[in-house]
Amino acid sequence: MNSVPLLAGTDPAAVFAWRPDGPVSVGDYLAEARVLAARLPAGDFVLNLCHDRYRFAVGFAAGLLAGKTSLQPASQSAETLRRLHGAYPGLFALCDGPDDTLDLPRFDFPALFSARAGGENDTAAVDGKKAPKTEFAVPRIAADHLAAILFTSGSTGLPQAQPKRWGKLVANGRAEAEQLGLLDRPHALVGTVPVQHSYGFESTLLLALHGGCAFWAGKPFFPQDIVGALAAVPRPRLLVTTPFHLSTLLAAGLDLPPVDMLLSATAPLSAALADEAEARTGAPLREIYGATESGQLASRRTTAGEAWTPLPGIRLDQDGEQTIASGGHVEGRVALADRIELLPDGRFLLRGRQADLVNIAGKRTSLAYLNHQLAAIPGVVDGAFLLPDEAGPDGITRLAAFVVAPGLTPRQIGAALRERVDAIFLPRPLVIVDRLPRNSTGKLPRGELLALYAAHCADKIADGRR
Amino acid sequence: MSETPSPQAVEALLPEIAELIVDALNLDLAPADIEPDAPLFGDGLGLDSIDVLEIALVVGKRYGCQLKSDNEDNVRIFASLRALATYIAARRSQ
Repeated sequence: MNSVPLLAGTDPAAVFAWRPDGPVSVGDYLAEARVLAARLPAGDFVLNLCHDRYRFAVGFAAGLLAGKTSLQPASQSAETLRRLHGAYPGLFALCDGPDDTLDLPRFDFPALFSARAGGENDTAAVDGKKAPKTEFAVPRIAADHLAAILFTSGSTGLPQAQPKRWGKLVANGRAEAEQLGLLDRPHALVGTVPVQHSYGFESTLLLALHGGCAFWAGKPFFPQDIVGALAAVPRPRLLVTTPFHLSTLLAAGLDLPPVDMLLSATAPLSAALADEAEARTGAPLREIYGATESGQLASRRTTAGEAWTPLPGIRLDQDGEQTIASGGHVEGRVALADRIELLPDGRFLLRGRQADLVNIAGKRTSLAYLNHQLAAIPGVVDGAFLLPDEAGPDGITRLAAFVVAPGLTPRQIGAALRERVDAIFLPRPLVIVDRLPRNSTGKLPRGELLALYAAHCADKIADGRR
Repeated sequence: MSETPSPQAVEALLPEIAELIVDALNLDLAPADIEPDAPLFGDGLGLDSIDVLEIALVVGKRYGCQLKSDNEDNVRIFASLRALATYIAARRSQ
């Protein structure tokens, strides 16, 4: 059977990841993954909730070695956990923090023996380092093994499972590394994005496994944390981030350690922010375009122009308004949610998104999904979400919702929604109305909702400053 | 580490930080409606991680202290308005 190595490196002493207490070698990483693989509970599916990027990576490799599949939902809401629990028998959660997993069985990550302050298990790591190179063997995983299932919220309202086979994931990491020039010059990766989501998964974990890079184990959050993480890893450094995190970092006005490349994805970045980022850091800013369904598809240097260059092997075809991605690491043929204009030289332009889709700070969903969740709350008679016109290209625009729910308060509806959707999609404001302005066919024109929204904002200004 | 601020200093900061939060996040309520000891996340005010970054930015500019999240510290810092005011009072440089 066709198989692909777990990682591309051949030197057990090479650095795989950087932790606050120092580097972890490829050899230690593999040894730790083998130990964990032997301890994982039975069951074919793992919900890897580890916050620490290195622990996630050990859990992911352990799952592969044990023939399991990693489930990576877009949210960890109570509703999501319940749904996954029902749909994937034998599912358990792998945790390195106090996350509430409800009644899902959980397995707490054991102490790392590669840690410097590891205590009684220290000898294991030392022995691993002394092992002669001839005994070092990278395990191979079947190329068609179902390594992960990533989830998107489809426009029908329910999360859609996107199966990812191991061979395709490897090809994605490899294609990205090649396109960004990392194969010749591996970088240390600092990611502000979670490793479970497709962009963070591809651009930190897959780039480490098959792109020759080593990642910082933390997920720096505040600007000061990002500065600290960058300073903790050697150059060349690559910051894996999003438009929102990047604009916040620059706005904080801190002195940044030298950075050698900036990577952004999840939403298109404005030319102004790209200019500022390059001027402040002296590093090229590259953007990645992709989707959970297809994996990564293209990149661009934002300051060099709007056009995107497809990753090696990627093919785009058009059928009317619809663009289909295939080839390379894409699983089958994937219809894209964006409107795309193909250029004669093989590059392309993004021309906007289908109206129903919502992208807030890189988290995607659809209005149909949100409306479905709202309508499912007991006591809600009718309701609709609205994404107001966006304030600025790199800012965050919040959703509004209008709800008909006699007997419920906005706070009660908010609490019920929090169970069902990611916090980022909670409406602000949530306005109770007597009825929605539906037309004679029952449709709810966006213009009518915008008028309701404008009226609410005007009322708020009139009341608020009284 | 930092000195513990007096309860009076924290109390005095509460209204201006409440106003800062409402303005920065464009919240649909009056600053006085934020209860000093109610959770800012989850069932309380319902803030999320994007809000936390926005607040960190205005706090850095207004008070000259950078928030850090070593060991998921921000869960504690943002536990309530009073917790945030205590953190700022102990570290402000302006």
